[in-house]
Amino acid sequence: MSIEALFLSIRLALCVSAILFVVGMPVAYWLAYSRWRWKFLLEAVVALPLVLPPTVLGFYMLLAMGPRGPLGKLWHAAFGHGLAFTFAGLVIASVLYSLPFAVQPLIASFETVDRKLLDASAVLGAGRARTFRRVILPLSVPGIITALVLSFAHTLGEFGVVLMVGGNLAGVTRTVSIDIYDRVQSLDYASANRAALLLLVISFAVLSAVYGINRRAGRRAWLPWAAK
Amino acid sequence: MSPAIVAACVRKMHRGDVAHSFLLDLDVELAPGITILFGPSGAGKSTLLDCIAGLTQPDAGRIAIDGEVVFDSEKKVSVPPQHRQIAYVFQSLALFPHMTVEANVGYGLLDAPQQARGRIAEILQMFRVEQLRERKPREISGGEKQRVALARSLVTLPRVLLLDEPLTGLDAQLKASIIDDLRAWNAAHKIPILYVTHSREEVDALGERVIALERGKIVSEGTPREVLDAPRRRRLAQAAGFENLLGGTVMDLREPDGVMRVRLADSPCEIEVPLGHAAPGDRVRIAIRAGDILLATEAPKALSARNVLEGIILTLERRGTLVVARVDCGAVFTVHVTPGAERTLELAAGEKVWLVLKTHSCHFVEG
Repeated sequence: MSIEALFLSIRLALCVSAILFVVGMPVAYWLAYSRWRWKFLLEAVVALPLVLPPTVLGFYMLLAMGPRGPLGKLWHAAFGHGLAFTFAGLVIASVLYSLPFAVQPLIASFETVDRKLLDASAVLGAGRARTFRRVILPLSVPGIITALVLSFAHTLGEFGVVLMVGGNLAGVTRTVSIDIYDRVQSLDYASANRAALLLLVISFAVLSAVYGINRRAGRRAWLPWAAK
Repeated sequence: MSPAIVAACVRKMHRGDVAHSFLLDLDVELAPGITILFGPSGAGKSTLLDCIAGLTQPDAGRIAIDGEVVFDSEKKVSVPPQHRQIAYVFQSLALFPHMTVEANVGYGLLDAPQQARGRIAEILQMFRVEQLRERKPREISGGEKQRVALARSLVTLPRVLLLDEPLTGLDAQLKASIIDDLRAWNAAHKIPILYVTHSREEVDALGERVIALERGKIVSEGTPREVLDAPRRRRLAQAAGFENLLGGTVMDLREPDGVMRVRLADSPCEIEVPLGHAAPGDRVRIAIRAGDILLATEAPKALSARNVLEGIILTLERRGTLVVARVDCGAVFTVHVTPGAERTLELAAGEKVWLVLKTHSCHFVEG
């Protein structure tokens, strides 16, 4: 098993979780509280990665990040090199791919905060920012942990998008899941098994943690298969 | 009356299911002191409070607090709730569950910490909850929560206090003591307090100016006696605790005596009621409290009461310290007697009895 690939996967998952923590919060807040009539369209967009084959998402990301794609051009203008097949490109694609895993649990936990508490906060003189910081956020801690942990775990295990956007460059874009695939291709089953087992254990540990935390908080964890 | 501090003229479609949609159409002025907003649930009481607080917007109208216009549909003014400087205690109280009592009470204060601590201590003491400072809302009793919610609202020195059935579920004694503390606070601050309730008892106990609301409209206004004793509409009569609401037809008017005779529907019974705006032949309703009817086991003689009806006891039912009798006199009456009276008179279902109704206990209800 390649330690390099494992560290790369973990680095990628940490970056993506951190970015999703920052990006997912306002998106989830807006989706939870907005009364805009076309809101459902945005909800559908956010949920897309749940149903889309990773190759489809990866394919369009690759086009966008390529030298003639809008994202690729922008990146080139800013940093002087392309975006496809780089770690940064991988992070961007993974953020999109894991977006619902961060946003959905956040929406679910924002929505369970009693509306009357928000009303009470407003009549006590608090604006939206203060209400968010002092009431919604502290009461959504289990949801926030769920969001962080799920986006970490989901990124750690992704394969299709990485393959499309990142390719297979050792130390740059070769994550554990790609590494496993590589080893199976070269019939190195023993080493593939070690890596696969590790991912299995990590994923199980992470999900147990999510369920455990939500159980202690007295509610059900949001997971994509429990969404409906 | 002292000058109005809140002037609200509000029109808003109140949407429930089809049967419960109506137009809230009110014009109210609130002076310092307690004003009770009374009416059955679904009358639009909380909607009015939400409009004053800014949590919901009227379709049309104008709301001014202390001279400042906080809502005006024509001028497109709508001050958000956090800038209205008002206090609102919800029925659910909405204490922040993750904060201590002290943090809850300090939530609305933007003072320097040192100063805020002083004000929090003062108001906690005023509402007798200073010993609960470190507790979380789930660790204190219902009455204590209500005191904390009041303290949290009042510590911000609001211009108006809105109370939406804040004391439901408390026993009378506890209620009275909380209201005393509220009055003591307001003796110094003199702000208008709008107190919403559907409980007749609370209206009686508070004994202040009452506005009675029904389906979005003010149906009467005045002292509790005036509002509760002269219901002009059927639903309000029920809300105000008139157990007997009987349909009938006006037979004749005796204007010199200030009375009219009404024959109760589908019965030969005729009763004398105070003169109302009606003509012979009009269909009317008569509201009578079960506690205002006397019950006798022998035909009463030499009484001032004008209405004596003969009937048969249908059922007797004990409810706490009350015995509820249903008596068929042609029309069926509900009568309340004490358990002592039930024993002494040896009341039983099937017995013949006489009901005695004072003319002025029979309230004329339009339509």
